[in-house]
Amino acid sequence: MTSAISKKSLPNQLQPSDKADTWESVIGLEVHVQLSTQSKLFSGAASAYGAEANTQACAVDLALPGVLPVLNAEAVNMAIKFGLSIQANIPHYSIFARKNYFYPDLPKGYQISQHENPIVGAGHLTISLENGEQKTIRITRAHLEEDAGKSLHEGFENMSGIDLNRAGTPLLEIVSEPDLTSPKEAVVYLKTLHTLVRYLDISDGNLQEGSFRCDANVSVRKTHQKQLGKRVEIKNLNSFRFIEKAIQYEIDRQIDVLERGGSVEQETRLYDTDKQETRPMRSKEDAKDYRYFTDPDLCPVVITADFIEKIKQTLPELPQQRHARFQSEYKLSLYDASLLTSTRELADYYEEVVKEKIPAKLAANWIMGELAAALNKSNLTILESPINAKRLAGLLQRIADQTISSTIAKDVFEELWVSQKTSDEIIQEKNLQQVTDQSAISKLIDEILLKYPEQLADYKSGKDKLFGFFVGQVMKASGGKINPQQLNNLLKEKLNQ
Amino acid sequence: MHNYTITELSNALRAKKVSSTELTQLFLARIDKFDKILNSFITVTPTLALEQAKQADLQYQKGSAGPLTGIPFAHKDIFCTAGIKTSCASKMLDNFIAPYDATLVTRLNQAGTVLLGKTNMDEFAMGSSNENSFYGAVKNPWDISRVPGGSSGGSSAAVAARLTPAATGTDTGGSIRQPAALCNLTGLKPTYGRISRYGLIAFASSLDQAGPMTQTAEDAALLMNAMASFDDKDSTSIDRAVPNYLSTLNDSLEGLKIGLPKEYFSEDLDPKVAATIQAAIKLYENLGAKISSVSLPNCHLVIPLYYIIASAECSSNLARYDGVRYGYRCNNPTDLKDLYERTRGEGFGNEVKRRLLMGTYVLSAGSYDAYYAKAQKIRGLLIQEFKEAFQQVDVLLGPTTPTTAFKLGEKVNDPVSMYLSDIYTIAINLAGLPAISIPAGFIDGLPLGMQLIGSPFTEAKLLNTAHRYQQETDWHKKVPENFNL
Repeated sequence: MTSAISKKSLPNQLQPSDKADTWESVIGLEVHVQLSTQSKLFSGAASAYGAEANTQACAVDLALPGVLPVLNAEAVNMAIKFGLSIQANIPHYSIFARKNYFYPDLPKGYQISQHENPIVGAGHLTISLENGEQKTIRITRAHLEEDAGKSLHEGFENMSGIDLNRAGTPLLEIVSEPDLTSPKEAVVYLKTLHTLVRYLDISDGNLQEGSFRCDANVSVRKTHQKQLGKRVEIKNLNSFRFIEKAIQYEIDRQIDVLERGGSVEQETRLYDTDKQETRPMRSKEDAKDYRYFTDPDLCPVVITADFIEKIKQTLPELPQQRHARFQSEYKLSLYDASLLTSTRELADYYEEVVKEKIPAKLAANWIMGELAAALNKSNLTILESPINAKRLAGLLQRIADQTISSTIAKDVFEELWVSQKTSDEIIQEKNLQQVTDQSAISKLIDEILLKYPEQLADYKSGKDKLFGFFVGQVMKASGGKINPQQLNNLLKEKLNQ
Repeated sequence: MHNYTITELSNALRAKKVSSTELTQLFLARIDKFDKILNSFITVTPTLALEQAKQADLQYQKGSAGPLTGIPFAHKDIFCTAGIKTSCASKMLDNFIAPYDATLVTRLNQAGTVLLGKTNMDEFAMGSSNENSFYGAVKNPWDISRVPGGSSGGSSAAVAARLTPAATGTDTGGSIRQPAALCNLTGLKPTYGRISRYGLIAFASSLDQAGPMTQTAEDAALLMNAMASFDDKDSTSIDRAVPNYLSTLNDSLEGLKIGLPKEYFSEDLDPKVAATIQAAIKLYENLGAKISSVSLPNCHLVIPLYYIIASAECSSNLARYDGVRYGYRCNNPTDLKDLYERTRGEGFGNEVKRRLLMGTYVLSAGSYDAYYAKAQKIRGLLIQEFKEAFQQVDVLLGPTTPTTAFKLGEKVNDPVSMYLSDIYTIAINLAGLPAISIPAGFIDGLPLGMQLIGSPFTEAKLLNTAHRYQQETDWHKKVPENFNL
């Protein structure tokens, strides 16, 4: 479980701070989201991750002579879903183009992508900065394209291996305008986007498996300068942490170059995760001429208003809407609402608990506290939780109706985690019901007061602190089962008699 | 019996006058006897053919045979055939055994045809003389010092010499019609999208179209009934009902409006060619057709237009031949660049390289707008021009080629003059129209073809127009004497 907003504050200035007045950074991101379709973008082969090399590549993926691509309708639906969720223009007419270049893991010698007329036009995404401010990031476009295969450089003597399982896997490339001004902001944007595609259920968003990858375009300029600086593209970014580090490194590097009187080259750089630095990959002069042209094997995609309306009906509640609703409907704080809506699954879990008439704040505290900690410790996702929403609700019900105390509830929680029992069964078996009978509590208090006459005398003579001592002793004698509020009230009454 | 049409062979099989096995043996023997001279086949498949013939004979016994069951046949070596070498006449694919059947091949297999082998062609269908084959030039049976036309020159020579009753071809700029014309055959290029391209090795995707090469329009109709289909594996194939092409063959031509593009009958036209075509026009008039003149003002641009668009597409289509996954790979590559350069340098022939260079150039950043983008605009104009012409007439008529078959070697070193041999056929591919070439007479002992052009999906009308002409003439029945033994 990751939080959409980190707890640290978000400084807008650049590091080091002495450069803050003179330089600002401009960042635009290109995000490749792997769509979770059953089959590939232009072939019927499966697109699941992790299969044995070259077992998920059919004649079309191998680019055998004579084969032809057929567009996957599901991928188109997913792209439109995304477009609608960022209020984008969905053009009536969209075309596929060939991007021509030679590489051994690109079987056709071209990638089928979109150049002019992408499937999703201009839209925007609102992100919440840590200081609570909202910022709108413009999205230039999003287009469909197929992924390449993988070159394997280890284990082949003097040769490379090619695995074409990934070749033809559908990607949605989401291109932002250069509206981001710091590495932290870039990460917030990426996390917001990540949450969104997971909500839309169009990608598993798995960063380790490469389902969510990012290229960053970074430039710097003087604060008063209107013109953008020379842009450097950083490739190979596939974790939020590295993205932040890579962009920061690149900003610092560019400022350093400029302050030494040098100039930034327009080039593509690769981020080395071991050395934590970017290094040149290719310069503008070696920039490839991809010779884009409309793919004659594919017809234009024509999207009607009716079709868009149909897709609109299938849109789930989006993270920002849900975030707002959680605040208003459940009276949760901004922070709680952000955390609970950070993934669709977590938000669903929360609402399933609340639906059982559990107080909203109590449910929020337990899910973000006890449950989150336990899941983290066992490295499990909310979907893999051994305690489902119903069982957790059962436990919280007993806290709410004061059958057990919060302290006891933690023991019951541990039992729930490892057994199949319900909370009520556990409470029953271990006799954990809270003692709420006034006379029983009164009797216990009397016993303790009799047992500690010296402390009683000290208290009466003004040592107020000893109140806690009596609470502790009574609680201990009860096995922790007394309702603490009730105990406080009764004890106070008796001591003041 | 080797001069029988498919229709006649089908009748003979049904009447049990001959078995498919006997027919197959007959044609295999003819290939054995004559193809040393013609070089029209790249691969002959006798074992498969005799096995298929045996199955066909069983079907005749069971009474489940269709009109094409047991008919010996040949595919241009551009169609993928499972388990059989599919070379595209290139060194690049000399070792390539296709693991799947093209949709067209599947359909003809299901119709029961017997595959004699795969025919020679210009490498990757690039050429007009069949001299650009890794397996050597094909000879024209009418005069073996001359070319059979291209790129489907193996199919045209084989059918003309009756080494097979019919064959498939593909037509990107005239590659069915021009060799049909030079070898005295009937060759139909259907509307773009009428026959699936799945499994047809791509040259220029927006122009390539498969079609039948036969002795008669009737045979072409028979084959079209099996070949035409919508295919969900080809996004450019069109989901439109396929008519029975045989049912309208004998329709009257009374009132048929035939247009003569005046640009096809300019002063430059060889007088003997003009006279031959005029005689055919006269015949159509006698059959009740109304003749008028139409204009296609932009058709002088078709050669450059074609060489921009077709080359651009092929430069991308042929990028997959990189020595990585299948096909030719150079010996001992030192690194990736060396692997690419030598594999492609050694694997492709000169004409292919010429077009790859041309295509790469017209798509490159500095030239795209001046060439490729402009060509696409003119292509739009050309389509419009044809549309307007077909508002006035039903069918366009003209010569298929400016000359009869030229000498082997005559144009090898003059690519532009070679390209001009397709001047009348190229526009049809750019506009995606159907057109048929049929025998129209002889000039100095060599056959000349006449082309009939229709609006989209009027194959039935073209076959009808061609068939009625063939009912009145016997040009199409003439065979080259040296091979009629």
